[in-house]
Amino acid sequence: MCFQQKMIHSLFLINCSGDIFLEKHWKSVVSQSVCDYFFEAQEKAIDVENVPPVISTPHHYLISIYRDKIFFVSVIQTEVPPLFVIEFLHRVADTFQDYFGECSETAIKDNVVIVYELLEEMLDNGFPLATESNILKELIKPPTILRSVVNSITGSSNVGDTLPTGQLSNIPWRRAGVKYTNNEAYFDVIEEIDAIIDKSGSTVFAEIQGVIDSCIKLSGMPDLSLSFMNPRLLDDVSFHPCIRFKRWESERVLSFIPPDGNFRLISYRVSSQNLVAIPVYVKHLISFKENSSSGRFDVTIGPKQNMGKTVEGVVMTVHMPKAVLNMNLTATQGSYTFDPVTKVLAWDVGKITPQKLPNLKGIVNLQSGAPKPEENPSLNIQFKIQQLAISGLKVNRLDMYGEKYKPFKGVKYITKAGKFQVRT
Amino acid sequence: MTDSKYFTTTKKGEIFELKAELNSDKKEKKKEAVKKVIASMTVGKDVSALFPDVVNCMQTDNLELKKLVYLYLMNYAKSQPDMAIMAVNTFVKDCEDPNPLIRALAVRTMGCIRVDKITEYLCEPLRKCLKDEDPYVRKTAAVCVAKLHDINAQLVEDQGFLDTLKDLISDSNPMVVANAVAALSEIAESHPSSNLLDLNPQSINKLLTALNECTEWGQIFILDCLANYMPKDDREAQSICERVTPRLSHANSAVVLSAVKVLMKFMEMLSKDLDYYGTLLKKLAPPLVTLLSAEPELQYVALRNINLIVQKRPEILKHEMKVFFVKYNDPIYVKLEKLDIMIRLASQANIAQVLAELKEYATEVDVDFVRKAVRAIGRCAIKVEQSAERCVSTLLDLIQTKVNYVVQEAIVVIKDIFRKYPNKYESVIATLCENLDSLDEPEARAAMIWIVGEYAERIDNADELLESFLEGFHDESTQVQLQLLTAIVKLFLKKPTETQELVQQVLSLATQDSDNPDLRDRGYIYWRLLSTDPVAAKEVVLAEKPLISEETDLIEPTLLDELICYIGTLASVYHKPPSAFVEGSRGVVHKSLPPRTGSSESAESPDAAPSAGQAAEQPAVIPAQGDLLGDLLNLDLGPPVSGPPLAASSVQMGAVDLLGGGLDSLLRSDVGGSPAMGGSGFTAPGPAAPAAMGAPLGSGLGDLFDLTGGVGTLSGSYVAPKTVWLPAMKAKGLEISGTFSRQVGSICMDLVLTNKALQVMSDFAIQFNRNSFGLAPAAPLQVHAPLAPNQSVEISLPLNTVGSVMKMDPLNNLQVAVKNNIDVFYFSTLYPLHILFVEDGKMERQMFLATWKDIPNENEAQFQIKDCSLNADAVSSKLQGSNIFTIAKRNVEGQDMLYQSLKLTNGIWVLAELRIQPSNPSFTDLELSLKCRAPEVSQYVYQAYDAILKN
Repeated sequence: MCFQQKMIHSLFLINCSGDIFLEKHWKSVVSQSVCDYFFEAQEKAIDVENVPPVISTPHHYLISIYRDKIFFVSVIQTEVPPLFVIEFLHRVADTFQDYFGECSETAIKDNVVIVYELLEEMLDNGFPLATESNILKELIKPPTILRSVVNSITGSSNVGDTLPTGQLSNIPWRRAGVKYTNNEAYFDVIEEIDAIIDKSGSTVFAEIQGVIDSCIKLSGMPDLSLSFMNPRLLDDVSFHPCIRFKRWESERVLSFIPPDGNFRLISYRVSSQNLVAIPVYVKHLISFKENSSSGRFDVTIGPKQNMGKTVEGVVMTVHMPKAVLNMNLTATQGSYTFDPVTKVLAWDVGKITPQKLPNLKGIVNLQSGAPKPEENPSLNIQFKIQQLAISGLKVNRLDMYGEKYKPFKGVKYITKAGKFQVRT
Repeated sequence: MTDSKYFTTTKKGEIFELKAELNSDKKEKKKEAVKKVIASMTVGKDVSALFPDVVNCMQTDNLELKKLVYLYLMNYAKSQPDMAIMAVNTFVKDCEDPNPLIRALAVRTMGCIRVDKITEYLCEPLRKCLKDEDPYVRKTAAVCVAKLHDINAQLVEDQGFLDTLKDLISDSNPMVVANAVAALSEIAESHPSSNLLDLNPQSINKLLTALNECTEWGQIFILDCLANYMPKDDREAQSICERVTPRLSHANSAVVLSAVKVLMKFMEMLSKDLDYYGTLLKKLAPPLVTLLSAEPELQYVALRNINLIVQKRPEILKHEMKVFFVKYNDPIYVKLEKLDIMIRLASQANIAQVLAELKEYATEVDVDFVRKAVRAIGRCAIKVEQSAERCVSTLLDLIQTKVNYVVQEAIVVIKDIFRKYPNKYESVIATLCENLDSLDEPEARAAMIWIVGEYAERIDNADELLESFLEGFHDESTQVQLQLLTAIVKLFLKKPTETQELVQQVLSLATQDSDNPDLRDRGYIYWRLLSTDPVAAKEVVLAEKPLISEETDLIEPTLLDELICYIGTLASVYHKPPSAFVEGSRGVVHKSLPPRTGSSESAESPDAAPSAGQAAEQPAVIPAQGDLLGDLLNLDLGPPVSGPPLAASSVQMGAVDLLGGGLDSLLRSDVGGSPAMGGSGFTAPGPAAPAAMGAPLGSGLGDLFDLTGGVGTLSGSYVAPKTVWLPAMKAKGLEISGTFSRQVGSICMDLVLTNKALQVMSDFAIQFNRNSFGLAPAAPLQVHAPLAPNQSVEISLPLNTVGSVMKMDPLNNLQVAVKNNIDVFYFSTLYPLHILFVEDGKMERQMFLATWKDIPNENEAQFQIKDCSLNADAVSSKLQGSNIFTIAKRNVEGQDMLYQSLKLTNGIWVLAELRIQPSNPSFTDLELSLKCRAPEVSQYVYQAYDAILKN
C-alpha cells in the first residue's frame, strides 16, 4: 500500500538544550529518532538562529521554525508547500501565546492537555481546520485560574460542546453574540524602520515596515470603515481577510467587519527612499592599532529628523571581533555591559536629549599577539518614538455601521527601530 | 494546578495505577486518568497497554473526555486493530448525534484510524455525513474521503465517494468547496491520470468564487488547483489572472506565493504587447518584496522562489535590488540566498552599489558568507562586462587584506575573470604571485597554477614557481596534480629551452609514480604528443579556450520552466523537480508552462525568455524509474546519440538516400517528383505546421486513412491505414496510432500522438527494443510543443536498420517504448515486411535463374492470394511500387507467370513466382511461390504481397 501523508505528519517541540518535550502525530507515530537529523543540522549551524528551516532526511523532510527559544519541527513525507507549513507552525506558536500568555516550554508543559486538544483541532489529516483564535476559543476554552477552580468544583470541562458560530459563516473570524458594556475600538499604528547606514553616515537602504494592530471590543456585528489622510502612502499592503479588497481598490478605505479582540488589520511597506526619514545619527570611531593589544572605541548618538518628538528607549548592541578581550569604557549616559564570551557590547542609553548627546568612549583590550581584527563591527540600534508614524501615515476617521451604540475610538502611533544597523 | 501534575509518577508503577484510575467509577477521576495517559503520550511514552481501559471510557456525555479518548485512539488504534473494533459502535452512534460537532468529530476520528476492518463500518456513516445538512460536517467528511482513499482506494471508488466529492465542488459553502478541492487534489496526486479534477471553465468559475470566501488555507488549496488548469486561450488566462491578483495582498505568505505561481504560469500565455502584461509584472513585485520582511524561515523559502522568478522574469524585480542587501543579523541561510539573487539582478545600472555592498560583506565575520561574497564579486565581473575592471580592483584590495580565505577565494575568481577576458588584466599577476605561499586550499592552488601556466610567457620565474609546487607533488590533491601537469606542459611549449628537465620530471611523476589513472592517462597523452608531434601538441594544449559566461550559474531553461510550475513547493526550495527527490514519486506529474497563445507569437522579441516550445526540444531527462524498466526490457531509453540532427526531415533524408546509390533503381522515374510530393505529404507534422496539432483524433480513422492513402499513392509504396497501437487507457491518456511507410529509400514510422489526459504532455522520447531487422529510430521523437489535452500531433519518425538485431517471434514484431513526462509506456506492433524491400532489389535475369535453382526445394513456400482480380500488368506495377520487381513474364497455358525478386535491408534476397489467371474472371486466386535462403521470412513476404495487392 502506498502510504502517503499530505502536509504535516508529526510535530516535535524541542527546547534549546535539545530535549524533545512534546510530540504530536496526526497519523502514524514517527520515531523521535527522525529528530537526529535536525540535531545534526543544529550542531552544524552553531547559532540556533542559523538552523536551516528545511532539512531533508532519507525518508522525510523536516520543516522547522524557531520561536521563543523553542524549535517547532514538523515532519513531512511528500511534496508540500513549505510556506504553508511554516505559516501554520507560526500560527500554532501564536495560538499558544494567545492561550497561555507566553509561548514557552513551561507554559506548554503546564497545559499539555489543552495543547494536545488545540493541535488536534487545528489540523485534520494535514488540512488546517480551525486556526482563528476566535473559533478555537469557543471550542477549547483558554485556561484561567478561576476556571480551573470552578471546573474542579463543578466538574465541567474546558471544551466547548457546541459548534462555533463563526466556523462556517462568511466571516469566520467573528463569532456571533459578542457583548460588551464598554464598546471600544483601538488602533495602534506601529512602524519599524529597517535601515543600513554606511560608514560615512549615508543611507544604503531604508524602508518602513508598518502594521496597524487593532483591539476591537464592539458588541454585535459592527461594520467599520477606516480612512486615512494620506492613503497613497500605502501601495504595498497585506490585508487581514476581513478587509473588503474591492472597496480598498476603488476608494482607498479599509472597510471590514472586525474579528473580536486583538488582531493585525494590515501590514504595509514604505520603501520610497525619500519618505523614510532616519531619526538618529551615529558618530563613531572604532580602531585597532597594528601590532598593539589595544584599540579605541568612541560612539555618539544624536537625534536627527524626529518632528519634535523625543527618541527614547535607545539601546545599542555591537558584536565585537573575536580578538577583543575586554572593553574599558565610560558612558556619559546610561550603562553598558560587555560579555567577554559572546563578545557582545550592549549600551542601554535611554532617552536622547539634544542638549547633551550620549557618548560611550574608551579602550578596547585585544588578545595579545592576535592579528589586528579585519572586520568592522556593525552597530545595531534600537529606539522608540511615541506619537509618531515616521512615514507620515495618519488615520482620518473611523465610522461604524450596523450597530446603534457609540463606540469609544482611539488611535496610537509609534515608531521603532527594526533591523537598524550602522556600519563602521 | 497545572497539567504538569500529570507527569508525576509514583513508585507503584505508572501503568498499573493508571489502569485502576481508568476503571474508577468516578467520572472526574476517569477524566484525570485519561489526561495523564495523554500527557505520557505527548512525550513519546508508550501507553498502548492501556488500550481497552481507555476505550471503555469512550461512551460518555462529556465531550472533553470523548475528545481525549479519540486522541488516544488515533495514536494507538493501528497497533491494536482487534481492540479498535470495540470502538466502532460508539463511532457509528456518534455519527447520528444531533450535535453537528459530535457528528463531525466522529467521522473525522474514524478516518484517522488506519485499520482496515474499521473502514468497512465507516462507509455508511461517511455517506450520510457527506450529505449532512450542516456544512461543518460536510467539510469534515470531504477530508475523510481523502483519508479513506489513502487506506483503501478501491473501496472509495466502489462506494462512489469520488463522485460525491466532485459534487461538493459545487457546494454552496466555500469551506466545503475548499476542502473538497483539497481532498480531490490529494487523491489525484496518487492517480495522475484520473479525471478527478475535471477542470473546465464552469468549475474554474466556481473555484474562483469560492476563492474569495474561504479561509486562507482553503485559498492555498484552490490556488494550487487552479495552477494545474490550462486556460484555453489568452483571454481566459487573463480573466483568471485578474481574479487571482487580489490574493497577492493576503497576509498569509503561502497564499501569496501560491497566487504568484498561478500568475507566473498563466502569464506565459499572455502576449507581451498587452497592457495587462505590464500591469501584472508591476503587481508582482511588491508582494514578493513583502515576503522578505516576514520571519526568517519564510524569507528563506521566499528567497529560493524569488531566485527562480528572477531567472525566469528578471524584469519583475530589477528595480528592487536594495531589498536583497544583506542585514548584519540575518541568519546565514538567508544571507547566502540574498547574495545569489543580488548577482542575478546585477546590471550595469546598479553594479556600483552591488560592488560596494559585496566589498562590505567581504569583511564580515562568517567565513562561508565572506567566501561567497568574494566569489560574487567575480561573478559580477563575468556578468557585467563594464564592471570587470572595478571588480578586479576590488578583488586586489581584498587580497591586500591578507586574510587567508579571502585571498584564496579571490584567486579562484580571478582565474575565472581571466578566462572570460583573456589578455586584459594580466597586470595583476605579480600581486597574485606574492600570495603563493599562503594558498593551502586545493581549489586556490589549482587556480594559481592554472594562471601561472596560462601566462607562463609573462612570468619571468614561472618555472621556479611551478617547480616549487612540484616538490610535494604526491601530497597534493588530484585537482592540483592535474593542473600542475598541464601548466608545466604549457610552460614547456612556451619556453622549451629552459624547462625540459621540469617537464620530464612532472611527466615521470604523473605516469610512473602515481596510482591515479586520470593523472597517468593525461601524463601519457602529453608525453606522446610531445614526443611524436610537438607542433600538434602546441595546437592542442595551447588552443584557444572557449570563454566562460555567467550562464553556467543559471538553471537550465527546461528545468526552470518546470520549477516555475512548482513555485511554493519543496521542489522550488531544492531547485529540483519532485520526481528527483520525492519518495514514491510514482504519482508525480511533470508539469510544464503553457504555450504562449495569441497573435504576438511571431512578433515576440528575440530576447524573450525561452518558451516552453523551445524547452520541449531539449533532450529529455529520463527519470530513474524509467531507466530501471528500460533495463529490464533491455532498452536504452536515452535519446539516440547518433543520428541526424533534429531538423532533418524525412524529405531531406530521402534525397540523401537517392544520391547515395538508389539511382539505378527502377524508381528512377519517381526521382523528380517524389521529394516534392513527399514534401507536401510529409512535412505536415513538422515544426512550422502547428495547424495539424489541433486536429482531434475524434475526427475518425477515415480521415487519417484518406491522408495516408493519399501519401501512399503519391510515392508508390503501399502504406497501411493507421491503427491504434497504444490505447489511451493503457498509457495514462496517451493514445498512439500509426503505420509504417517507405519513401524513396527511407523508412518512416508515421505516428499520431493524442493526449486524452487532462494534463499537458511533453518530453516525448521513443526507443525500440532489439528486433529482427535492426529497425531503430534515426532521429529522436520530436514533438515541437507540449501536447495539450485533447490535442493530437502527427509525427513522421525516420527509421534506419542499423540497430541491434535480435530474432523476434513473429519475425516482424517490434517492441516500442514511448516516454513522456508522465511515464514510460510499452507496446508492440507488427510492421509490414515491404518497408524493408530495398530499391535495388531487381536481380539480373541470369542471376535469378541460377539462384532459383540454387536454393533447395524445401525452402520453397506456396501461398494463395485470394480474391485478387488484377491482371498481370496491374499486379506488376502495383508490386513495383513497393520494390518488388518483375524480372520476367511468361504466359503458360493461359496463365500469366511473373518472376519477381526483392531484397531486404539486411541483404536477404527473396525470389517469387506468381501465377495469375486473367482469362478466368471467376477464378481470382493468385498462386505465389517464394524461394529464399532464409525461409522463415517467406510467410511475412506473402503477407506483404497480400496487403499490397489488396489495397
